[in-house]
Amino acid sequence: MSDHTKSSPLKMYFSVWGALLLGTYLTYEAAKVDLGVFNAAVALAIATTKALLVALFFMHLKGASEKLLKLVVFSTIFFLMLLLALSMADYGTRTRL
Amino acid sequence: MPDSQTSTMAATHAHNPALLHHFATEEQQRDSANLGMWIFLATEVMFFGGLFCAYLIYRRLYFGDFAAASKSIDAALGGTNTAVLICSSLTVVLAIWAAQTARRTLLISMLVLTMLFGCVFLGIKAKEYKDKFDEHHVPGATFSFEHEQVPNAPEGVYANPRHAQIFFALYFIMTGLHALHMIVGLGIFSWLLWMSWKGRFTPEYHTPLEIGGLYWHFVDIVWIYLFPLLYLIDRHA
Amino acid sequence: MATSTVQPVEREDYLNKEYGVGSWLLTTDHKRIALLYLIAITFFFFVGGFFALLIRLELLTPAGDLVQADTYNKLFSMHGMVMVFFFLIPSIPAVLGNFLVPMMIGAKDLAFPKINLLSWYLYIIGGIMMTHCILTGGVDTGWTFYTPFSTAFSNTKVIEAGLAIFINGFSSILTGLNFVVTIHRMRAPGMTWSRLPLFIWAHYATSIIQILGTPVIAITLVLVVAERALHLGIFDPKLGGDPLLFQHLFWFYSHPAVYIMILPSMGVVTEIIACFSRKRIFGYSFVAMSSVAIAVFGFLVWAHHMFVAGISVYAALVFSLLSYSVAVPSAVKVFNWTATLYKGSIHYDAPMLYAFGFLGLFTIGGLTGLFLAALGINVHVTDTYFVIAHFHYIMVGGALMGYLGGLHFWWPKISGRLYPEGWARLAALIVFVGFNLTFFPQFVLGYIGMPRRYYDYSHMPEFQVLNVLSTAGATILGIGYLLPMIYFLWSMRYGKPAPDNPWNAAGLEWMTQSPPTTFNFPEEPVVTWEAYNYEEIDAGHKQEVHVAR
Repeated sequence: MSDHTKSSPLKMYFSVWGALLLGTYLTYEAAKVDLGVFNAAVALAIATTKALLVALFFMHLKGASEKLLKLVVFSTIFFLMLLLALSMADYGTRTRL
Repeated sequence: MPDSQTSTMAATHAHNPALLHHFATEEQQRDSANLGMWIFLATEVMFFGGLFCAYLIYRRLYFGDFAAASKSIDAALGGTNTAVLICSSLTVVLAIWAAQTARRTLLISMLVLTMLFGCVFLGIKAKEYKDKFDEHHVPGATFSFEHEQVPNAPEGVYANPRHAQIFFALYFIMTGLHALHMIVGLGIFSWLLWMSWKGRFTPEYHTPLEIGGLYWHFVDIVWIYLFPLLYLIDRHA
Repeated sequence: MATSTVQPVEREDYLNKEYGVGSWLLTTDHKRIALLYLIAITFFFFVGGFFALLIRLELLTPAGDLVQADTYNKLFSMHGMVMVFFFLIPSIPAVLGNFLVPMMIGAKDLAFPKINLLSWYLYIIGGIMMTHCILTGGVDTGWTFYTPFSTAFSNTKVIEAGLAIFINGFSSILTGLNFVVTIHRMRAPGMTWSRLPLFIWAHYATSIIQILGTPVIAITLVLVVAERALHLGIFDPKLGGDPLLFQHLFWFYSHPAVYIMILPSMGVVTEIIACFSRKRIFGYSFVAMSSVAIAVFGFLVWAHHMFVAGISVYAALVFSLLSYSVAVPSAVKVFNWTATLYKGSIHYDAPMLYAFGFLGLFTIGGLTGLFLAALGINVHVTDTYFVIAHFHYIMVGGALMGYLGGLHFWWPKISGRLYPEGWARLAALIVFVGFNLTFFPQFVLGYIGMPRRYYDYSHMPEFQVLNVLSTAGATILGIGYLLPMIYFLWSMRYGKPAPDNPWNAAGLEWMTQSPPTTFNFPEEPVVTWEAYNYEEIDAGHKQEVHVAR
């Protein structure tokens, strides 16, 4: 396989790197602002974006030829969310008798 | 005969010595290793996931106490560590690119740099742990968290030390487990560095670098979540 | 059915290829690793069975007169831990799965043979730790390790037991990982997903559970050990912790774990029913999809173990509803097996007797699970012998019967010898009778109020009759289990040499030598036929195992 496609990843890698650092800075600054209940949401949204950038571009999930790897990632996150959501739902719906 | 994608490498008429006997082709071997590592990372996500579950539940139950405890850990150091790991992920992908393009010197220097970043991360963590030790925030017999103001609450509302202790217990277990994974990562990368030094990687075969890289990126992703969740609760006072 | 040809010259196979302890302890051959597991899990089966025997002896009389209360707590705890973690969970995947998965898909080995060996060593290390724990005082928390008793009050070796199970868990995770990668990447040409034996589908589904679920109990045990060692308070109400958090995390794995225990057995039963009815499995896709569905749905129901523990009413409602849903794919399988049997040409060889036993006993066990999913009934029978009977019907009447049936079915392939069929049928019947006598009375006992984990029921002496029946049954059951041990061992020396395909069964594994060579197939097979093509086989068409290239 020739090297022609290999030179462009560098640009992509450095862009992602920049975006990740920017995201970190944004998270840090956003925490200093009072957004009420949305502080946590914003922090998690930025974290998720960063995680997606790492997974898609650094871990090459985007270019993966078959859907299997994406299925592995999706399933894992699905079951983790199940654990978090249903447990927290128990705590969230407990009332005093 | 195994498929060969290029004709440049030596020993094309025999099996590539890296091809294991139970695989039919190098592609099958590489795809298997890749899938295997992704699945392993899935197990790691669930492993850390249990801790995140415990953390999120208690954070919701004892928000004020957790906020007070969180204030006592250094967000600047945490943020710096986040940046350090992000840089290390960059050097990992650059190392793999170097292997893909047969740039041996770059490969080795990127691997060394990655490990250096990893050591910086651990060094900063050690400093943080020492601070907690000095402030008696380590759970157990010496724990003390009296008269700590709950952020954004009326003056004189102090954190419940028992609940704060739960924060610190989870803080140490989560970051400690993460640091342990980091140390294992350094071990893996030492081995990759040694293999690279001996010239074992080529544009056709550098699977260990790829899957080692996947592991490293995962460790980075865990920290990407740990940082805001642990360090940045309610800091807008 | 069998036409045996006596081999004049001893052929090379995976057993005689190399001799010596080193060639076994350092093997990467999946078949040898399967046998290593077989020896180890048989050992733990008898350890767990020994504890069961002591439990049943104590319960012969209402008074607690055989052992002390603390000792009894240890007995049922260690019985549970050993049976669940060191016998049932590995059993079929580690023995039959390891042996057969590569062969059934036409591969030379699993994707990661060295990791397979590592899995075995992790199992052994965990097993040694568990044995040491047992021999130096044991653990009394119940196999469920509920907090804060396990973290703050128990005076037994909780940390050691927890760490033993933690290490053992990684054996399970790595086996699951190996199977998934193998099934995705190593299928022979022509072996499409829809031609896979349903045994493979079952193990694929099981592996998903092992991969996603086991890490959660691993971290939970880490937390228990940390809390016990450092007095942290994560699960201790006195320190602000919630014991229910432990239960959520524990059961998030331990419920899907029961599907780890039953799914492979369902896979075995499918293979056996098809072969001994000489028919294709009715509704192949439904059976395949139901395995995956059980794996997925199994993760949705864990809090049905916590209905009376203090979860919110709304959570209880949701989990009750979800628990009903998980029965559906299991029922689908039962219907499909039944439809397969219909108008089949039934042969009553020993494996088939175990499969029939499975069908009836699993159905009863599964139906009583539905009783338990109903909140009203659950409140009445929680922590009684009803629950114990329910899960033993599935674990022993279901999973263990499947395991025994599978051992018999593939024994000629594994050992190159035939087991004595007459003794095998007798043993199967003894197991069936002994099992029902042991556990059916326990449904009644539970319903009329006998609590579980009690060594003394002298406040209700009317429980004694049923307990005596149960203990009598357990003795018969024990004999039933000993018989195969004896005649399998006997057959390795004195059994008739087995032909390559004594059952005339479908499946790539039967197209290899008995016992197989180290790399299974002389050349990579090319598959051009559908699974379970018994009509073709019985009509005399031979499947040619084509040369690949």
